[in-house]
Amino acid sequence: MATATSPKPADGPAQAGKPGVFQALGGLARRPEAGSFIGMIVVFVFFAIFGGAQFIGAAGAASWLNVAAEVGLVALPVGLLMIAGELDLSIGSVIPAASLTVAIISGYYGLPEILGVAAALAFGLAVGFVNGVLVLRTRVPSLIVTIGTMFAVMGLTLGLAVLLTGATSTALVPTPFWKAIFGQFVGGMFEITIFWWILSVAILAYVLHISPWGNWIFALGGDRESARNAGIPTDKVTIGLFMTSGFSAAFLGVCQVMIYQSAQVVGGQSFIFNSIMCVVIGGVLLTGGFGSIVGIVFGTITFAIVNQGIYFTNFDPNLGSVIIGALLLVAVLMNDTFRALALSTITKKKK
Amino acid sequence: MTDTHPVLELRNVNKSFGPIDVLHDISLKVKAGEVLCLLGDNGAGKSTLIKTLAGVHKPTTGEIWMDGGRVSFDRPKDAADRGIATVHQFGGTFPLMTIGRSFFVGVEPTKGWGPFKIFDRKKANAVAVKAVQSFGITRIDDGDRLIGGLSGGERQSLAIARAVHFGARVLILDEPTAALGVKQASHVLRIVLEAKKRGIAVIFITHQVTHAMAVGDHFAVLIRGALAANFMRGEKSREEITDLMAGGEALADLDAYMESHDGHAPDLVS
Repeated sequence: MATATSPKPADGPAQAGKPGVFQALGGLARRPEAGSFIGMIVVFVFFAIFGGAQFIGAAGAASWLNVAAEVGLVALPVGLLMIAGELDLSIGSVIPAASLTVAIISGYYGLPEILGVAAALAFGLAVGFVNGVLVLRTRVPSLIVTIGTMFAVMGLTLGLAVLLTGATSTALVPTPFWKAIFGQFVGGMFEITIFWWILSVAILAYVLHISPWGNWIFALGGDRESARNAGIPTDKVTIGLFMTSGFSAAFLGVCQVMIYQSAQVVGGQSFIFNSIMCVVIGGVLLTGGFGSIVGIVFGTITFAIVNQGIYFTNFDPNLGSVIIGALLLVAVLMNDTFRALALSTITKKKK
Repeated sequence: MTDTHPVLELRNVNKSFGPIDVLHDISLKVKAGEVLCLLGDNGAGKSTLIKTLAGVHKPTTGEIWMDGGRVSFDRPKDAADRGIATVHQFGGTFPLMTIGRSFFVGVEPTKGWGPFKIFDRKKANAVAVKAVQSFGITRIDDGDRLIGGLSGGERQSLAIARAVHFGARVLILDEPTAALGVKQASHVLRIVLEAKKRGIAVIFITHQVTHAMAVGDHFAVLIRGALAANFMRGEKSREEITDLMAGGEALADLDAYMESHDGHAPDLVS
């Protein structure tokens, strides 16, 4: 019976033979972010050539980094949701709603900023919670549920803003401390949001790739039924992810009101599609179960470079949208290819 | 060992959904190190029976016994805690996850301290690969490969190895060979035998008589929710079993009648 157990498998790198550069390269190509990394490099080189020195310089970097940070803050949690097989469109109205909450509480009524910020973030969490519960209870696809909550939040924001202040936009002059942590421009041009984005990347990368919870998120997107059978608290994870996305959207709203010192009812809708685009360009599978934080970061940067880079070139800025549209299509096609590569059995031709 | 008591036993189990009776008076037992083949055509109630064993459904009447004591499952987890594991046709795994990750879904090995737990990828991969290889699937040697890149038979094997690794005592295999080619199916059958050798009670659901006869010790045929036959290895021939599944002994009689009457079917009144 002792012989029943086969010889101990060689662990990891000890896999005799020639691991070599090619296998390492092959391994890289199979990562979900491979396609988006190549895309990012291509786009950067393209605009470096046509945008000239200005694009490569600090001003150019600031212009796309600022855009990347803002959309990136929401793209990350939206990406996590997508990996878990869900979508969240309500961010489009949570962002302005959070901005207005801060502006009305701390600007219009002049209460301390901490109250406004806390209320805004709590509001984001609450919307996320409602989204999660509705998706679980009704079993309606989250695309539909969150479109519903998006309109509900938009209407609520408009109604309350007009009711309380009599206007659809409110100004806020933050005190230096709050301006410094949420709204300052580092070095005169880099939004501090960039650092919050980096922090968010670090936290969510930990959650998805290092902590055991990441496994739950992937499993949820891969097969919800099997995940539940395996003992994963699927409902809690789903609600938690929606709350993360609500929180992040509210956080972005807070940053925006501190940066621009005013908040409006409209605005924020563009973040819906932009964040989804960043996520998809970043190699996340629309139907869930596959993706990576690094990929989403690459996707976000790619999106931001195209979005801003066009202004550094001699092209008609309207072409930017065309490029983004084409890019999305190419990205999806490319990601399919890379996913197929990842699935192709890594049959090392031994025996 | 527990030769006196079957590991799992159903006593007069009935299950109905509202007015529809799905299972009638099912009594079955399976012992450690024994393969019980559950045969039946589509719609015979196999799935309902499996789900009842796995704790998804509660029997309307009747009892479930394990190791000589009566048990009752309110949730699938209750059954799982008692060592009943179900492996579904497609392995119930996640095509886009790595072998190591999917092996440990829900029970991730971690290292680190406090809230900063780290998924121990190396350990997960090593354990998963070792578990599968011990079942003779030596082609799987890299825990970072994606499940989707495995063949159907390898996926099944992985799922079975996973169940056994996590202490399954009763292994319910739901049509494990249905979607597989001949060679792959034989892989899976070998793994069934390996599981049996390790003293696990296996309930093997299939409608492929050949596969059942290759591994089964004990056979039960389910027709329209009732046990049509319950016999041991060697008591019936392949033809008899096929006939049983296809509609009971009647079909065999029909064949015999037509053969001796120049191919004419009997009158309906006879």
